[in-house]
Amino acid sequence: MYAQLVDTGVKRVKSLDEMTPEERAFQEKVDADIKIEPKNWMPEGYRRTLIRQISQHAHSEVVGMLPEGNWLTRAPSLKRKLQLMAKIQDEAGHGLYLYSAMETLGADRDEEIEKLHAGKVKYSSIFNYPTLNWADIGAIGWLVDGAAIVNQVALQRTSYGPYSRAMIRICKEESFHQRQGYDILLTMMREGNDAQKAMVQDAINRFWWPSLMMFGPHDADSPNSAQSMSWKIKRHTNDELRQRFLDQTVPQLEFLGCTAPDPDLKWNEKTGHYDFGPIDWAEFYAVIAGNGPCNRERLETRRNAIEDGQWVREAATAHAAKRAKKQTAA
Amino acid sequence: MSQRNDLAEYLLRLGDSALVTGQRLCEWCGRAPALEEELALMNVGLDLIGQARGWYDYAAELLDDGRNADALAFKREERDFRNLLIVEQPNGDYAITTLKLFFYDAWHLPTLEQLSESSDERIAGVAGKALKEARYHFKRSSEWVIRLGDGTDESHRRISDAVDRLWRYTIEMVNIDPLEQELAKTGLAADPAFVAEQWQARVAKVFEEATLKLPEPAVPFYLNGRQGLHTEHLGQLLAEMQFLPRAYPDATW
Repeated sequence: MYAQLVDTGVKRVKSLDEMTPEERAFQEKVDADIKIEPKNWMPEGYRRTLIRQISQHAHSEVVGMLPEGNWLTRAPSLKRKLQLMAKIQDEAGHGLYLYSAMETLGADRDEEIEKLHAGKVKYSSIFNYPTLNWADIGAIGWLVDGAAIVNQVALQRTSYGPYSRAMIRICKEESFHQRQGYDILLTMMREGNDAQKAMVQDAINRFWWPSLMMFGPHDADSPNSAQSMSWKIKRHTNDELRQRFLDQTVPQLEFLGCTAPDPDLKWNEKTGHYDFGPIDWAEFYAVIAGNGPCNRERLETRRNAIEDGQWVREAATAHAAKRAKKQTAA
Repeated sequence: MSQRNDLAEYLLRLGDSALVTGQRLCEWCGRAPALEEELALMNVGLDLIGQARGWYDYAAELLDDGRNADALAFKREERDFRNLLIVEQPNGDYAITTLKLFFYDAWHLPTLEQLSESSDERIAGVAGKALKEARYHFKRSSEWVIRLGDGTDESHRRISDAVDRLWRYTIEMVNIDPLEQELAKTGLAADPAFVAEQWQARVAKVFEEATLKLPEPAVPFYLNGRQGLHTEHLGQLLAEMQFLPRAYPDATW
């Protein structure tokens, strides 16, 4: 979701018989839904997979501030500006506590951020799309946060304690963001002029497919899912979550009076779910590989922020050292 | 001018300074030197724009000409804005941003201290809530001025350059504005003499700890934010901020 294509480094899931006694004890704990805590023994692959997933999630929160920041200085009313500022502030906070959860696994925040800036690790593909009109801010809140919530609600039950607790806290705030996003769109559709209505439909047309892609490849093309599911890092497959998101979103789309850019989208009486058309996976992999519309700009902005801020962080460290020295002397 | 109009004018000054400071903070989104700073800058900005809304709501009632808080924020021209010149200055590096905030906070805090005891209940209410926020803002920006001043050679040089660049605008924190002086006499506004004295004392104290040289007091010059005589930067800031409500004048968002 905010974590896509997380590599477990495992080709085949071991059966209990094939495990060492430590691995078996660990797996039995996971199977019994007992949370794994930082001091507990865990397989190296589990630890590394979690670091990858949580750091990707944290990076996504931080990079995700940028497409919204693009409209923050142009929000059309005091109320909307305040809402968006509060949302972005929450996202910075989510980034912080996800990095903290990640550090409980022995990873270092600065090192992981360096990997991000070197292009070695990823963040969610969705944040590589541009925000081109104000309705995009509504569409991000409704669709992107909506998709994130579907995934994160499931992750509240993830096996690693600190990650699970971070998710519980984050979900509360995200559902608030989603309602605000939907309210932006609903206000523009109900009280807006023709130009505003066109903005809403345009935003949905552009964000619809990328939101569905947030859940990652189809299960058949998701080689890491089996191990992640067995470790209960993941609790549902990509396709299950995508379907859940779609089923809850289509009625909201209809309520808005808008359409999806998918001629195959229709209710299926037999399955009790919405059917949808083929996802353009070539686009997904291109964005993941760094060739999306804004990959270069997003990373450049983040890299510059950290590089331009280096002297500030050095000053803070130097001052703290001087202060500590003075206190020791006194 | 009636006292009602004078008071509305005063509220616009308070609101405009808070809004423009908040708008400049929005420009930092995703660009701050650390994630903790992203959080802090957005937090300060949220406080200030929330306060601006409080001042505009009341100003709109007093003006009673059909404009609401949003119209006051998004539909007024640059010459009608009444903010302090310091807050409209471009963000520059973190030293400039920090010092702008500090000079403003050192003025804002004593102003709100007085306003929280205003004879006007409505003003006292908005200021009372804002005062708690402004205490934190002042503490935070003071600490950063000290860190940068007494940090590394580079940070000391940068914040000293920022003092050079911004000092002239501090005249507005210490001059005695006649309208404010009149309103203060009736207990409505903050007493500009008290605010000036407080500002000077607070700045001197922090500068000393930051090992920064305190310049000679600033002198009046051609520009005056309270009279709507701004630097060229404000017009650009407003063009961006006001774009949507001006492009679609009757739209609801």
